[in-house]
Order: sequence, then structure tokens, then C-alpha cells
Amino acid sequence: MKLDSTRYNIAVWLIALALFAPVLVMVVEGLFSSSALLPHLWDTVLPTYIKNTLLLAVLVVFFALLFGIPSALLISFTNIKGKGILRWLLMLPLAMPAYLIAYLYTDLFDYAGPVQRYLRAFFDWQSPADYYFFDIRTITGASIMLALVLYPYIYLLARTAFDNQDQNQLNAARNLGLNAKQALLKVAVPLARPAIAVGVTLVAMETLADFATVQYFAVNTLTTAIYDTWLGYGDLASANLMASVLMMLILTVVVLEHRARAQQRHQSNRVAKQSAPIQLSLKGQIFANLFCWLLVGAGFLLPFVMLIDMSISYIEYARFETIKQAAINSFQLAVYTATVAVLLAILFAIYKRFSTSNGARFPLQISSFGYAIPGTVLAMALLSTLGPADNYLNYAIAALGFEEPGLLLSGTMFALVFALVVRFAAIANGALESGMAKIPQTLDLAPSSLGVSFKCAVTQIHLPLLKPSILVAWLMVFVEAMKELPAVLVLRPFNFDTLSTYIYQLISDEQLEQGAIGAVFIVVVGLIPVIWLNKEKQ
Amino acid sequence: MLKKLLIAALLMPALFAQAAEEVNVYSYRQAYLVEPLFAEFTKQTGIKVNVVFAKKGMAERLEREGKHSPADVLLTTDISRLIELHEKGLLQVNEDATITAAIPAQYRSNDNTWFALTTRARNIYSAKKLGDLTLNYEDLADPKWAGRICTRSGKHPYNVALVSSMIAAHGEADTLTWLKKVKANLARKPQGNDRGQVQAISQNLCDLSLGNSYYFGKMLNDDKQKVWADAVNINFPNQENRGTHVNISGMGMAKFSPNADNAKALMTFLVSEQAQQMYAETNMEYPVRMGVKVSDLVASWGDFKADTLPLETIAKHRKTALKLLDQAKFDL
Repeated sequence: MKLDSTRYNIAVWLIALALFAPVLVMVVEGLFSSSALLPHLWDTVLPTYIKNTLLLAVLVVFFALLFGIPSALLISFTNIKGKGILRWLLMLPLAMPAYLIAYLYTDLFDYAGPVQRYLRAFFDWQSPADYYFFDIRTITGASIMLALVLYPYIYLLARTAFDNQDQNQLNAARNLGLNAKQALLKVAVPLARPAIAVGVTLVAMETLADFATVQYFAVNTLTTAIYDTWLGYGDLASANLMASVLMMLILTVVVLEHRARAQQRHQSNRVAKQSAPIQLSLKGQIFANLFCWLLVGAGFLLPFVMLIDMSISYIEYARFETIKQAAINSFQLAVYTATVAVLLAILFAIYKRFSTSNGARFPLQISSFGYAIPGTVLAMALLSTLGPADNYLNYAIAALGFEEPGLLLSGTMFALVFALVVRFAAIANGALESGMAKIPQTLDLAPSSLGVSFKCAVTQIHLPLLKPSILVAWLMVFVEAMKELPAVLVLRPFNFDTLSTYIYQLISDEQLEQGAIGAVFIVVVGLIPVIWLNKEKQ
Repeated sequence: MLKKLLIAALLMPALFAQAAEEVNVYSYRQAYLVEPLFAEFTKQTGIKVNVVFAKKGMAERLEREGKHSPADVLLTTDISRLIELHEKGLLQVNEDATITAAIPAQYRSNDNTWFALTTRARNIYSAKKLGDLTLNYEDLADPKWAGRICTRSGKHPYNVALVSSMIAAHGEADTLTWLKKVKANLARKPQGNDRGQVQAISQNLCDLSLGNSYYFGKMLNDDKQKVWADAVNINFPNQENRGTHVNISGMGMAKFSPNADNAKALMTFLVSEQAQQMYAETNMEYPVRMGVKVSDLVASWGDFKADTLPLETIAKHRKTALKLLDQAKFDL
């Protein structure tokens, strides 16, 4: 069964190009950058920024693996106590925005923060010279913070892969003389490599595009250089050039990951047969529980309790009307974004599967580029794309003899949803692509032999089979859209606050306490899909 | 379906045109600060104020929106942002006599495209235990402060403006030397914001910090932060020579302002005695309008001599200041 409707062809390509347009605009604007600034930056701060960027990415990935793989192994293969609850608790940090956790922990562990204050009071230390305490505002500190909220990507993907593994291979390894630990490390983990690689890519992309957290930790990275160049030196073109370089860096990671994933096809497709879990010794139980609960505690419970505590003590400052409106706005924005992104991802996935054209995979690929760009840079690129589009629209309407309507695309909800769809299309595309890949090719052939139409076949067979992937994609985009900050800050319409922008305004003025209720809300709303996601996976 | 949509799209502007009197503001100033002012303005005039609170990218947004931009009035927190809007040709002249009469010449542009609303001094906070000090910005480079100074990022607009004023006073080479020496005196890598530095002093991490004047008042008014403010003295530097460096918050009228009359009304209101008084009270800043009193708390810190350096000079040295900060690797 093949798809050869010209109308469908054109529509898919036009949509993909629209999503790719801001990326293209950014690269093209970058090519017009002035030549004076870059040598200066190169001679002074840029080498350090680049070093910091790479170091940060490597460290975050390292810590995220360190947190994510053992926890996934423990949940999938052992009889760890509290397995049922830990299984989904370990995902919760995903709901915690990185800028929030950064704020809370720097506040907690800074020299002036409560931890060091109590230590000083207790031991009667007077100044920093009297004792040693780790400095949280370092690359290592920032890496651990980011890894604490990003490791669930790796945990989730690795755990799913482990759960679906053919246990016969593990049993064979055991029969050949490996002990339980060796079997896991030499067989289970390597077999899950493609899934782990996807997780690593997501973690790396999030890290490289991050700005708020690293700024909070006073770690200067390439995103710092991008912002300095644009806002300080007023040279947006050079900033675009640097953002393009950063995007290339991220794409390299993506390509490497795709290569790794290509090997997935060699995996056994036999249905998983669950064998008995590995029995942990008492010492093992204690260590395993300690490890998992520390992750949940540090990545979610502690910061969440701190937020609730703040909300209660600052309840009289809370502006409930503002928070309510911001919550409604955030929710609407996230629903629109998730819905549009998923609908488009379905279009692209169907096209890739059924189109007769050679470039059928390109719409899916080029529409995923936006994830690799920091939110603010993407917002700038979007302004540059929608501005001219608005102008042409006005010319056209004026030419028809009507009054010029003004800005119809930029500065509206449309601009925001468009920006977030560009930013998060990669997530929806990835989920739908892998979901489609799981549907056996033989099912494509059956309908045509029965004389059923293409449309009927897709709606009756493929879409129902895709339902779990559609749901996962929708929820993941929804959570990300709820948390998204920089693009919304730049593009929002008049009188429009989301929970993120509301909290950020207060954080940037050192007054998170007054917005703590909003922060609790953002985390709780983020939790719903995380828990739901877990149910689906089971 | 498509036809209906098209008709709806075409009708939309007509609907907009019938909307009540309104004025659209792009603001770098925080919501809690300007919202009471806007509420008062709406109460007096019936004109509704729509706001976008921005953090970054106001100039770019205006530039790309071009002549269809809905923005009428632009509010910023720093002189360089106003100059940026001016240089990109995004402002229009407002010759309104009430406004020009209310604001002294050094606090508005020659061509009346931008106007200061408030001024804020860049102070040096010192640990109370040090007693009364007489300080110049130049003293921050003195080796006796080694390991005793805290500051936010050198690249923050408030610090960039201070460095620009140093360039105007001493030239590039000396300013670079000064920056390197100040960096050598830092107790920790530049981080956090102006309040965070005072907090650090209160915890004995450092003895001196740079910070804007109004934060002192805000900390004193916050239960949790009062202990920080109580640990420091606020010093107005360079009183025996050129005076303390001051920056401004200000406003301009957007070039393509669609509601020009309402924009002028709002701008006039913002320099009125009543609005200036509100600014002074809620944000502890110094009103630019002559004859408007500062808040009692601010008044208690005493009078000071402000640097008379034209604000345009500061803005002119801005990029050089950034380059020097890069060269001194101030933030690294």
C-alpha cells in the first residue's frame, strides 16, 4: 500500500518547511555577522566558554548515566524493596523545571544559605577560612543539578528497554558462567544501548540549550556568549552565527545517536519472558534503597517540600488571581502545543512510512531541528520569520482593497504555539517514528489485498495501534510546554503571563517565596502526565 | 470553512478598531512596580493599559514588527537600552511641553525621544563593623580589600554602565588595570544579584559590594531580608570628586505608535507629580521631576552628589566597557 496523493505531498512538505524556516533564518542571519567581534571574543573569553560547554555536557551526561542506569537496572531486574512505588517515583524529577531546582539548591547550599549557616552556628565557625564546604556554583555543581532533573530520560528509556529484553539471552549468559552483575553489565546494558543513546541525546540537547540554570550557577558557556553578543554588544547576527555552531554541535550528537540506534534492528524481537528477579543481599538491599531514595529525595521530594514550605509561610503575598490566570494560560498553551505537535508528527510519520518519494524521511527530520536551539535564540529567529510574513500578509490584504489588519501572526497566541511546536516537534516526531516502526510491515499489505482504501486502512489499523505512542508524545510535549520559559518571555502577547514567566519574574528579583505557590502548581501539573505516562508504560 | 475563516480574519481588524481607548506598553520594568501606576492612570483617564513584560529582545521585537507594531510606550530600566532603541530608530519625538518642562535637560535626550523617569545610584555597601567609610570606586582596586569584595556579573547592565563611567573618567587603559585589580580582590566569582551580595556581607563572606540604592530600601522592607540590610552601611562613592555614578529608568514613545494620543497621555502621567511620588515610594528610587520628594526612608540615607557625566557618554562607552570586561576575564 503506497501513498501518492499530490495534495498530501505538498501539504507535508509545506508544513515541514514552515517548521524549519526559523532554523534557516537563524543560519542565514548568522552568515551576515560582522567580522570584528568574533576575533575579540576568540582572544578573550570564547575558549573558556567552549571548554565549559563541553565539560558541562560531558559531566551532565556522566552523572545522568550514573543516576539513570543503575536505578533502571535495580527496578527491572532485582527484588528491591518498594519496587512498585520507586518505579514511578524515580520519574518525578522530570516534572521539576531545572531553573527552579537550581534556585532552590543554590539558596540551600550557598555560604549564606541555611545549611552552612547552621553548620557555622553549631561549630562556631566565623568565616569561610575556618572550614571547607563545597562550592555549589561550579561546573560540577551545575552538572549535578541538571543531571538530577534530566536523568529520568535515561532511566525511563533504559527501564523500558530492560523490561522488553529477551530474558533468554540473559539466562544464556548466566549459564555460560557469568554472575548476575556480570550478566547485567555485559549483556543487558549493551543490548539496551540504542535506547540509552536516545536518552543521552535528550540530556545532552537539554544541557547545551540551557541558559537559566548555568547563569544561576555563574558558569559561563556558549549560551552565555550568545546572549552577551546579542544583548551586550547588540550584534544579533554574530549571536546567530554562534547559535548555528552550537546547533551543529548538537546535531553531531544526534547523528551519532542515530548511527547507534541503527543497530537496534539486530536485536531479538522475541516477546520478553520474565524470569525470576535477582535476589539482593541485605547489604545490597540497603545500598539499593539508599541510592534510589536519595535520587527521588534530591531530585524531587526535598525541593518540592521546600516549595510547599515557602508557599505556606508567604501565603499572604500570593496573588491568587494572577496565578489562576497564569495557570489557565499555561494550560491552554501546553494543550494547543501538544495537540498541534502530535497531529503534525502523525502526518510526518504516515508520510515517511507510505510515501513513494525518495525523500520521504526528510519532513520528519528537518522539522525536528528546532529542539537544538536555545529558546531565546529560537524566539528571535521566529520574530525574523513571522515579521516579514505579517508584512506580506498586510500587502496582500491591502492590495485586495481592505484596510491593513496589522500583525496577525506575531505577538499573538499563534506565534507562541508556533514557537513551541518548532521547539518540541522533535519529541513528538521521535515518539511517533519509533511507534510506527513497531508496527509490522506485513500489516501494510493486508488492507490492499482486501481492497480497503488507504485512508480507511490508516484510520482503522495504524492509528489505533499508534495510540500509546500518540499519548506518550502528547504528554511529553505537554510537560515541556508547561515548563518552557525563554521563548514565551520574548514572544508573548499583551497581558499574558504563564506560570513559568510569573515565577521567573520573581526569581530574577530574588523573591521566589512570593511565587512559590505558582511553582508548586507547575510541578503538580507536570506530575499528572508523568504518572499517567508510567501507567501507560506498564 | 475556509471562506468563513477568511471572512473572520478580515473582520478582526474592524473589531479591534472598535475596542475601547487603550495604550500598549512594552516594559522591562517589573509588574509589581508599574501596575499600580497603570491602574491609577486608567482610573483617571479611562484608557486601558495593555502590557508585555519583557526580559530581553524588546528592540528586536519592535524592529521585526516594523510599522505594524502595536507598541505605544516603551519602558526600560537602564540608559543603554534607551539608547539602543534610539539608535535603531525605534523611537519618535515627543515635544509635549508638560514633559519637557518636568524633566531636567540632563535626564532626557537632546531630540526629546527618550526621557528618564527615575534615577538610581550605584552604591558601595560595606559591612557595618567597618564603621563609617569614605570610598571611591577607585578604592575597590586597593590591595587592602583582597578577598573582601562581592559583586554580581560584570556584564550586568548596571555594572557595564559603571565601567563606562570609569572609562569616561580615566580612559581605557587605566580602567582595564582597575578591573583586573578589582577582580583580584573578589571574594568569589561574580554571581547572583545585588541583594545576594549584601546577604553575603551579612554572613561575613565579604566586606564590600556594589549595589543599586533602592535595593537597600527593599531589603529593609522585607522581613526575611531585613537582617541582610541591617548588616551593612550604604555608601555614596566619590563624594569628594566627580560624584556617585547614577543610572536611570526611562521611557520612550514607539515610532509607529498606533495610539499616539493615549501614549502621550500616559507619558505625561508618568512624569506627573503624583506618579513620580508613587515611583519614589514604591521603588525607593529618586524621582527625576524637580520638587518631588524622595521617600522618608531614602531621605534618611542623606543627600549625595551625583556624577554629572551626560548619560549619552556612558552609553557611548558601553561596548568598550564590555570588551574590557572580556579582557580582564572579570566573570571567569
